[in-house]
Amino acid sequence: MKKQIAVIGLEMHCELKSNSKVFSSARNAYNETPNVNIAPVDMAFPGTLPVVNKKCVADALKMSMALNCTQPEYMYFDRKNYYYPDLPKGYQITQMAAPVGINGKIEIEVNEKLVPVYIHDIHLEEDAASLDHYFDTSTIDYNRAGVPLLELVTEPCLHSAEEAVAFLEHMRDVYKYCDVSEADTKKGQIRCDVNISIMDEDAKEFGTRVEVKNVNSFGGVYDAINYEIKRQSELKEQGRYAEVEQETRRWDEETMATIHMRSKVDAIDYKYFVEPNIPKYKITKEWLEELKQEIPRLHLERKYDYINNYGLSNYDATILVKEREVADYFEECVKLGITPKIAANWITTQILGYTNKYNITIKKIFLTPKRLKDLTDLINDGTISSKQAKDIFFKVLEEEKEIKEYVSSDNAQINNKEELMNIIDTIISNSPGQVEQYRAGKTNLFDYFVGQVMKNTKGKANPVLTKEILNQKLNN
Amino acid sequence: MYLDKSIKELHGLLKKKEVTSETLVKEALAKSHDVEEKYNAFVTILDDAKPTEVTEELLSGIPFGVKDNYSTKDVLSTGSSNTLNNYVPFYTATVVQNLFNKGAIMVNKTALDEFGMGGTGTTCHTGPVLNPWSKKRMCAGSSAGSACAVASGVVPYALGSDTGDSIRKPAAFCGIVGYKPTYGMLSRYGLFPFASSLDHCGVLTRSVEDAAIVVDAMKGKDIHDMTSWDSSNIHLEKALTGDVKGKKLFYIKELVDLENYPHAEKELKEHLANFQKTIELAKSLGIEVEGVSIERNLLNALPAVYVILSCAEATSNMSNLTGIIFGPRGKSDKIMEMMMEHRTKGFSPLIKRRFVIGSYILQKENQERYFKNAQRVRRLIVDEMKKLFATYDGLILPVSSGPAKYFDQNDDTIDENTSILEEHLQIGNFGGFPSITIPNGFINNLPVGVNITGNCYNDEMVLNIAYALESHMDYKGQIAREVE
Repeated sequence: MKKQIAVIGLEMHCELKSNSKVFSSARNAYNETPNVNIAPVDMAFPGTLPVVNKKCVADALKMSMALNCTQPEYMYFDRKNYYYPDLPKGYQITQMAAPVGINGKIEIEVNEKLVPVYIHDIHLEEDAASLDHYFDTSTIDYNRAGVPLLELVTEPCLHSAEEAVAFLEHMRDVYKYCDVSEADTKKGQIRCDVNISIMDEDAKEFGTRVEVKNVNSFGGVYDAINYEIKRQSELKEQGRYAEVEQETRRWDEETMATIHMRSKVDAIDYKYFVEPNIPKYKITKEWLEELKQEIPRLHLERKYDYINNYGLSNYDATILVKEREVADYFEECVKLGITPKIAANWITTQILGYTNKYNITIKKIFLTPKRLKDLTDLINDGTISSKQAKDIFFKVLEEEKEIKEYVSSDNAQINNKEELMNIIDTIISNSPGQVEQYRAGKTNLFDYFVGQVMKNTKGKANPVLTKEILNQKLNN
Repeated sequence: MYLDKSIKELHGLLKKKEVTSETLVKEALAKSHDVEEKYNAFVTILDDAKPTEVTEELLSGIPFGVKDNYSTKDVLSTGSSNTLNNYVPFYTATVVQNLFNKGAIMVNKTALDEFGMGGTGTTCHTGPVLNPWSKKRMCAGSSAGSACAVASGVVPYALGSDTGDSIRKPAAFCGIVGYKPTYGMLSRYGLFPFASSLDHCGVLTRSVEDAAIVVDAMKGKDIHDMTSWDSSNIHLEKALTGDVKGKKLFYIKELVDLENYPHAEKELKEHLANFQKTIELAKSLGIEVEGVSIERNLLNALPAVYVILSCAEATSNMSNLTGIIFGPRGKSDKIMEMMMEHRTKGFSPLIKRRFVIGSYILQKENQERYFKNAQRVRRLIVDEMKKLFATYDGLILPVSSGPAKYFDQNDDTIDENTSILEEHLQIGNFGGFPSITIPNGFINNLPVGVNITGNCYNDEMVLNIAYALESHMDYKGQIAREVE
């Protein structure tokens, strides 16, 4: 058999952040208690009408621009008609004819290489209610009905499970960077459908496409893709490729397998038509321009900026850009004049260690970039040692006082040569035995003397100066 | 007996304390029961309706009727369908609420063709509504119960809804006024949808002035309906000056000229002659009236375009009727079967037929041929009308081909010869145009009507022309009496 390549397309659904739902005034918020975030329209009571949430449209347009898509001239919606208990109206309001974005392209990083991903379209729609099935009963929770969803559809341009997951992770970060979604898979805010086919490496036409629906974790996407590639390849190898049919399957977490749902011949005709209750309205250039200003610099761009212009390691840069707040913090530090590498060190080790430990965001940390600047300035001008700086760091966070409060006479680094000489003289005269041994060749006792000086000064002695004086005194 | 009077008369009596709101409510309820017994006009009679304080508002203290496809909080709202025969909403439609806010009193919910999908008043789940002029005849529909109630003097006004002609045709057959304003002047929030792009709220009254007063009270931009608009600069009642000198109306020759009906029966001939009398009256009031020719193909397309668009939208709009959240629940362990049973049992055969048509039209392979083409023809018709409205202030045409039809005449099919004459009011729905029907005479002792339709937002002009004509005819405020 010729070498096979996989062809993968993704449909990624992501719930948007907003105060109210996309076509109703009910709250859009995750709630453990079922059926509390509901307005009459969410349950399709007769006579209710959709009212578009402008914020959701704005966010959708922002994402469209972030993906370098083309925006439509007019905003309008379509109905996707089908019966299902989780769909109270019997249709979903979505965008079919004129999505908020089409023909986009972005680059993602896979194993430190840039890979282009082509976006077929991105569109705004409403989520369905959630169903739970028990032994002899099913329950419906309408909290989710009408929650804004952005559905992003890629071209079939990905070729491995790694690429697919890298794309999803990239997009999750983009959503978070633009602050349009929490993008939390654990809360079910991201759900995917995956299209997979295989083909001979040199073939011109795609193989038979299989759709795997409702994969709810990135791990699931990875496994489902590899499962399908293996399943389809094995059938092909056995000369049974005809058995791969154009079908919809679902990913079963328990058996780690895809399971047949329906064939192409049973495909639903959704009978799309324009939603008549939402008037078409023009998307002005001015509005788009305004929205564009609100899109922040995205993570990949920042990462390369940090590596190329600040000389950071790929490792550090990756950590810094993972969350926008962290990257913003870092950039603020640099802007205030902290050397990028030093800022990066502080953030990746001390600060993130602290925020992770206490599960707080960097935005909330008392040690603002300005205070970090004060702290690093003290190191730079030799007022305190790095070790002292670390101690102050924790004290600042604990006591929430300004840095300068910690640089009083009793904890300032001792840089005064005379003062240090006096202390060292006393130590030497009090340790005749050790001095003798040292001079007899047991040079590792040098550290003993350093230790004594530190002990005596409660760590405030300037270590460089201490070593210099000790060298003088002991070796002469 | 007070409720055969106009709104202003009633308001005057209430203000002078010559009658109380309580008396009016009692009378309305008593008449409701009487009319229910005779003509089967209501789904619900609100026997516990309470009088309200009489204020400066013209509608305060006065009873009214509401078509049963409006959502009314705590009051059964069925759409005259078995799929909602137990449905009690927990919210009130905006236009009804606006009337409540003025102190108006809802006393009954009127029967309609199931969900407004019919033109006969015979497909209500409570049975057919009889015409108060003749029990052998239909009221037409779908606002049959509202037309019957107003014509019988139960209430001075009742709300209707109009997707093809559902206010304006029953108004004509019952000898009263039926008005649907420009699309979006009245919020549709709380109106059970039939075909959203064609659905209009409106009112049935016994005078143009009453229609103006009621719509003035109901209109306004509604945050719950994105298609509603701010009409605060429109004052319908104030616009009724009766001065129509220099206004221009047109009629469509193809529909009105007798020579186009070589096999015309006596009734049609009389109806068209009566229409010419109205034209002469208009001219005598200083209105210019001209016959205009419109391409026959465009006119012939009207019924098909209407069926396609309305059935397609209806199929989708009524997909919420599954019996799961509201309405009688189907009996089955399986949820899909539950929904299927609810719909199979709940809908009448006529509606099911329309759903099949709508579904067929929306199928991927049929959309271009039927749905998209129908939308294009709709656009052509509307463009043609707008072109004419640039020259003329309104279109004047007879309603239907004569008076109310006999029940045994009905199979809801279309007589080819006069089909367009029966269907032309749909033009008003295609364009969202303001359109009003007023009574303009009698044929065989049964009332007939004339319709005036104008360009969007020109409601004041349309109503004023109707008002002027009405003032010079003898049918204003007439109450139905059985004639056969």
